[in-house]
Amino acid sequence: MLTINKNLIQLDVEAETAEEAIRAAGALLAAENKVEDRYIDAMVKGFEDVGPYIVLSPSIAIPHARPEHGVLEQGFSLIRLKNPVVFGHPTNDPVQLVCAICGTDSTSHIGMLQSIAAVLGDKTKLEIILNSDSEEEILSILN
Amino acid sequence: MRIVTVCGMGFGTSLMLLMDVQAIAKKHGYEVDGEAVDLGSAKGKACDFMVASSEIASELSDESVEVVSINNLLDKEEIEQKVMPVIEKIAKGVK
Repeated sequence: MLTINKNLIQLDVEAETAEEAIRAAGALLAAENKVEDRYIDAMVKGFEDVGPYIVLSPSIAIPHARPEHGVLEQGFSLIRLKNPVVFGHPTNDPVQLVCAICGTDSTSHIGMLQSIAAVLGDKTKLEIILNSDSEEEILSILN
Repeated sequence: MRIVTVCGMGFGTSLMLLMDVQAIAKKHGYEVDGEAVDLGSAKGKACDFMVASSEIASELSDESVEVVSINNLLDKEEIEQKVMPVIEKIAKGVK
């Protein structure tokens, strides 16, 4: 079961680089008090250190860091980029959706991950998330 | 049998992979124990095989066990097609 509100979704975000895209998704989490600001830096560092594996599927990236990097509450945010951004992944670039994830320990977010994977892995739902102009419609698919 | 799924932090994609592989194995009648770990902890870890995203799998080429490499982590068909032959091979005791 996912719980996400309108403040955690943003459509047509302008970003030139992977770092800007990750920061934009992280800023939504910070604004909703899900994470401290340092979590955003940790997500960017994670991407720089271990690379573009966070692009788990064509056009979808799930940046995240670890609980000890300043997670206040489990959650996720979703941004859709106005123009796709190259993250450097050999098969799944370019990225259009950035879903930043935060969890408070190593296991309690498993349900959330599975729910996110179920929605984004559903071609019909993904199509709507990639194309809808309505945040409400996207929210209704996610919740 | 025991598997290790690997991602950069042992927190995101490796957990997704572990859940998927266990579900797929169960569907085919196999019980699979597993652990999701970060790349640093994965090296040399005792298990029957490893599963990782293609990006991470390329870092695990020195492992003594087979490393299954997945391109699209949301594509359960790809995971099933790549993982099941390995599970069946190990179940038959062929290394």
